[in-house]
Amino acid sequence: MNWLLGGGFTGSVLSFLYPVLRFVNPPAVPEASVNEVNAGKVAELKPNSAKMVKFGARPALLIRVNETEWRAFSAICTHLNCTVQFHEAKHQIWCACHNGLYDLNGQVVSGPPPKPLEEFAVHIRGEEIVIARRA
Amino acid sequence: MPAAETKTRVANWLEERLGLAAVRELMAHKTVPVHSSSLWYYFGGITLFLFGIQVATGMLLMLYYRATTTEAYESVQFIMTRVEFGWLIRSIHSWAANLMIFTAFVHMFSVVFLHSYRRPREMTWWSGIVLLGLAMAFGFSGYLLPWNKVSYFATKVGADVASSIPWMGQALGRFLRGGEDVAGATLTRFFAFHVVILPATTIFLLLFHLVLVQKHGMSTPPWIGVNGARQMPFFPNFFLRELMAWYGALALLGVLAALVPWELGEKADPFAPAPAGIRPEWYFLAEFYTLKLIPNHVLGIEGELMGIFGFALLALWWVLLPLWAVNRNGMIRVRLVTGIGVLLMAYLITFSLLGYFL
Ligand code: HEM
Ligand code: FES
Repeated sequence: MNWLLGGGFTGSVLSFLYPVLRFVNPPAVPEASVNEVNAGKVAELKPNSAKMVKFGARPALLIRVNETEWRAFSAICTHLNCTVQFHEAKHQIWCACHNGLYDLNGQVVSGPPPKPLEEFAVHIRGEEIVIARRA
Repeated sequence: MPAAETKTRVANWLEERLGLAAVRELMAHKTVPVHSSSLWYYFGGITLFLFGIQVATGMLLMLYYRATTTEAYESVQFIMTRVEFGWLIRSIHSWAANLMIFTAFVHMFSVVFLHSYRRPREMTWWSGIVLLGLAMAFGFSGYLLPWNKVSYFATKVGADVASSIPWMGQALGRFLRGGEDVAGATLTRFFAFHVVILPATTIFLLLFHLVLVQKHGMSTPPWIGVNGARQMPFFPNFFLRELMAWYGALALLGVLAALVPWELGEKADPFAPAPAGIRPEWYFLAEFYTLKLIPNHVLGIEGELMGIFGFALLALWWVLLPLWAVNRNGMIRVRLVTGIGVLLMAYLITFSLLGYFL
């Protein structure tokens, strides 16, 4: 008898808790999967400078290394998600949060980041710059 | 009807309905031990007072605050610049939040050094630890609410640390952020945590904590012995002294709020790089600095993970303090516990300072 009551009670409590737990877990919002964005005009960037580009809902970093060389990366630090920036004097990519440094190939030079930055392809179409996710 | 008679009638009317005599009885019998470390008995009460301040000023801020990414920063700016005494209320809320966490830490360490956690007060210790955790959760959720750059990135980092916990981390991160990124959904959630969920839970636990304190009475340090300490009546002697401490805290708050108004910083921009000098609130600095020191891989495992694992073990061990503080004969290991308390405090202070200045 006690066993039945106890079991029934526990069961009912669980049946209240389950929907609550599911409710609290945010539903996955389908991300408009962006694979390519327009990153502005060639003339807007001087050699050895960079700018932030919206890549869907996340930031990307476009770098003009010199006259002809361009690089683009996801600007999300692989350490703990801060947004990285181009460090002109050092010629490297820098994350201010915990002093992570990446070289211009996105490889970790020093600091806590465990993985290289995700690199995007840069296409120059006339005056237009397009950056795209690599396949 | 003479005034005295009216007074007795009112008193009787109330007594019949509320039974206040029992309360008076309790107050008359409660005492506080008097000894060289009695000073530390005040800190729980000061923490309680500061929590009261938070509830009061928080309710006021809620009249103007708006929890959306487009309005949060502007609404706090409005409070600071347009609302009369808005700067005062917000600065008091922010300063008192920090003071409250500070006094809660002082309270915890004084419990350790006076060895008040010992039998039968283990539950009081545990409820206290949960309360400290709740206070820090208040701080973490409140920090994001103004939606400025520093708090935006600090929250990103904090949520990502949570996500890197094995097995449940991903779910926990999503639960905290309300999605994959720190965004409007996070602000909505943090606001709900900050003004409804945490206060409700805290008040409940606080009552539990206080009922236990009342039930067991104030502890006396083990070196004084049961009959050793002189006692001071709680009411009015201790209570009036506590009241002076509260006035002291209030004066300090007033001075801080007036001379060092809380800053607002720049509005958060998810597409701008993290500015230099991102750091969490000071009570997370020791952990933050430790994580910064750990190399990115230790024994083939991500450094982050090692750090989190270490903190979890340390926290668990600290929670269990009342259990390992007694030896087989049921005696308190006074020296051991005090020594470890000093070490932990030294670690927290040094690393917080390093985190602040480096
Ligand atoms: C019922 C209790 C509380 C309510 C209703 C409340 C409400 C609020 C509101 C509306 C804000 C946003 C306005 C602002 O940023 O100034 C805020 C901010 C904040 N709250 Fe609370 N709060 C409460 C308790 C607490 C407690 C107990 C703590 C800490 C231990 C705390 C810490 C903070 C912090 C650090 C901020 C950010 C301050 C800032 O930068 O402006 N709050 N709170
Ligand atoms: S988040 Fe970039 S170094 Fe930590």
